[in-house]
Amino acid sequence: MADLETFRAEVRAWLEERAPASLRGRPGDIFHGTWGGRRPDFETPDHERWLAMMAERGWTAPTWPREYGGGGLSREQNAVLQSELRRLRMPAPLIGFGLVMIGPTLLEFGSEEQKREHLPPIVRGEIRWCQGYSEPGSGSDLASLQLSAVADGDRFILNGQKIWTSYADASDWIFCLVRTDPGAKKQSGISFILVDMATPGVTTRPIKLISGASPFCEVFFDDVPALARDVVGGLNNGWTVAKALLRHERTMVGEIFARSVIGGERELLGLARTAIGPAEGRLWDPLVRDRIVQSAMDERAFMLTVQRIQDAARAGQSPGAESSILKVYGTELNQRRRELAVEIAGADGLGWEGAGYDPDALARTRDWLRSRGNTIEGGTTEIQLNIIAKHVLGLPDGGAR
Amino acid sequence: MKLALTEDQRLIKDSAVTLWKDKGAVRRLRSLRDTGDATGFSRELWAELAGLGWLGLPFPEEHGGVGLGVTELCLVLEEAGRTLAPEPLLATTLLAGSALLLGDSDAARSAWLPGLIAGDVVGTLAWQERARRDDDPPSCAALATPAGDGAVMLHGSKREVVAGVQADLVIVAAQHSETRELGLWAVPGDAAGLLRTPLSRIDHFPCARVELDGVRLSEDARLGGAALLASALDRATIGLAAEALGAMSAAFELTLGWLRERRQFGVPIGSFQALQHRAARLYIDLELCRSAVMAAARTADQPRVSAAVLGQAASLAAARTLDTFLRVADEAVQLHGGVGMTDEHDIGFYLKRARVVASTFGDAAWHRDRWARLAGY
Repeated sequence: MADLETFRAEVRAWLEERAPASLRGRPGDIFHGTWGGRRPDFETPDHERWLAMMAERGWTAPTWPREYGGGGLSREQNAVLQSELRRLRMPAPLIGFGLVMIGPTLLEFGSEEQKREHLPPIVRGEIRWCQGYSEPGSGSDLASLQLSAVADGDRFILNGQKIWTSYADASDWIFCLVRTDPGAKKQSGISFILVDMATPGVTTRPIKLISGASPFCEVFFDDVPALARDVVGGLNNGWTVAKALLRHERTMVGEIFARSVIGGERELLGLARTAIGPAEGRLWDPLVRDRIVQSAMDERAFMLTVQRIQDAARAGQSPGAESSILKVYGTELNQRRRELAVEIAGADGLGWEGAGYDPDALARTRDWLRSRGNTIEGGTTEIQLNIIAKHVLGLPDGGAR
Repeated sequence: MKLALTEDQRLIKDSAVTLWKDKGAVRRLRSLRDTGDATGFSRELWAELAGLGWLGLPFPEEHGGVGLGVTELCLVLEEAGRTLAPEPLLATTLLAGSALLLGDSDAARSAWLPGLIAGDVVGTLAWQERARRDDDPPSCAALATPAGDGAVMLHGSKREVVAGVQADLVIVAAQHSETRELGLWAVPGDAAGLLRTPLSRIDHFPCARVELDGVRLSEDARLGGAALLASALDRATIGLAAEALGAMSAAFELTLGWLRERRQFGVPIGSFQALQHRAARLYIDLELCRSAVMAAARTADQPRVSAAVLGQAASLAAARTLDTFLRVADEAVQLHGGVGMTDEHDIGFYLKRARVVASTFGDAAWHRDRWARLAGY
């Protein structure tokens, strides 16, 4: 404990002295921050300095071992570091799938050589990663994936396509599920491989969504050579690695939606007061009012559930399938809330772009459209319900699909 | 506020699980019903609950209690709820007990609380006059008329009083005939002018209509006013939510068992995805109920918690559990198929209890409305 307090004092002094003043009070969020990579897009020069000074101490990945560039901090020390960062309301020095997806996966399944090669550039923000899982014919039935990897000496030659790859057009490396044994049962012939996207034969194409945004891409592989030493977790053992990584992803998605639902009541009330108006201190439309309360209470119960899952995990009382619960409920809650916001706005919620509409209203309408994807991406609601039914409730397999 | 069980809380929960499992689950309620038992609950079990200290869980040691809180009591209520135990644990500890504990009358507290904790006094609170919970505080036509020397005479009529016939202590809400101020009055069960008529309800839990035809009380029988009634009702609402959580969990587990066991088309019906998804959705809602109930109980235990904070926490727990219990019970009957409609099967008891719970301290819509009022809209 005394050590932790010494550590806190040291961290505080270091941050007070060095954390760029221009970034204090600008915490950002999980989607908006410094992604790093070979073509970094720093918001300001101070964001670049902030990344460099934190990476030097390994504090972009505080709990990773020092030999791979991490901070080597214990969980308790990291909690102190994070609380000191929150105290100054500093943005994360670095965000991205390297830190939250492939990094933890390499720590669990990677060879010593793979860890030494790939982890330090993630910590320093030099390489930006993306995830190649879904294919045009393999969505919910991910294990049916077809991207072919044929052995050729110490390499594999990749041919095929990935889809729904987040930010592939801005990424440097991709971790991919590929079929290395077409003769085996579908889960058994898959390998998990790392591919440098600068390799000739890799091309990306953004997908435009109904909201107008393009966060996802298609990625094409045309005779792309990848190195056999970049297979993670052993040949034809990719499904095990993939499932572990999906668990990281679902927890992250749960946290994202936990954050995204905060403040819904205030926002909806503000909208309703403008669009509908109060009478005798209450919203005069009792049905809209009831839907806002409903949404507010759902939000509160959801946040309490997020907290309970965290508290239970710390006390060693895991309720099981936490990430599926959070994914299903959080995404649907977010959708209900976005829908209600647009509905309350009436015709003001119908603008697509340009003059004649309030920019906030335009953004809210885009957010509503984007939210329809929440129950599809990262494992559909239906797949999560399957997981709960089988793994938590113990209902039998083998019925009609 | 930590939403996880401590080691001590886990022990209380485990012994509550064991106790009610040993008592024969819903069979006990069924047999009380079928034999037309006059008490409507088990006096033996009541003595056992007192012996375990559970009637004293939320009361400080200075009054003979255990010195724990609503949180611990809710663990016991949840397990009682699982087997639909009709003992008036909630009415005694959280309705009558809260009014005594948080009220102004030292005399009433020392007269009643030790007996209540020891299991000698069954207590309840008679507050309801209308079929639906209306205003906040609830409308009250019962009157307390001054009768000289600070004494009052109570006149009026109350409905749906839990364990109203069995209660040794009936706390009555009545309006002062002159000041129009709401008051809570401690009325001994054997007081002259107190008339109690049993009501037979769908859930077969003991309940009564109570008439006050000139019940004379001294000044120190007044426990408090509208604020006291509000906190007693909120604490009881949280307890009821815990009971409902236990009951819906049991109904859900019965249903899961049926889904695994019942075969049609040559396979267990629980292997059909259409049914699996319905079960999985109920499970998610149950987990959200649990979070809301745990948080509400812990809120009630926070020192000097404000009425608004307690009210919102209670209404969140109530709105969620009332709706979810009804939904779980409806789905449980449907998923059981024909057997779910038979009196012989236990699942129907849960459906009937869900309906009673849903309009005991206001329905879910009432609690949503109050949440909004407390939030200022």
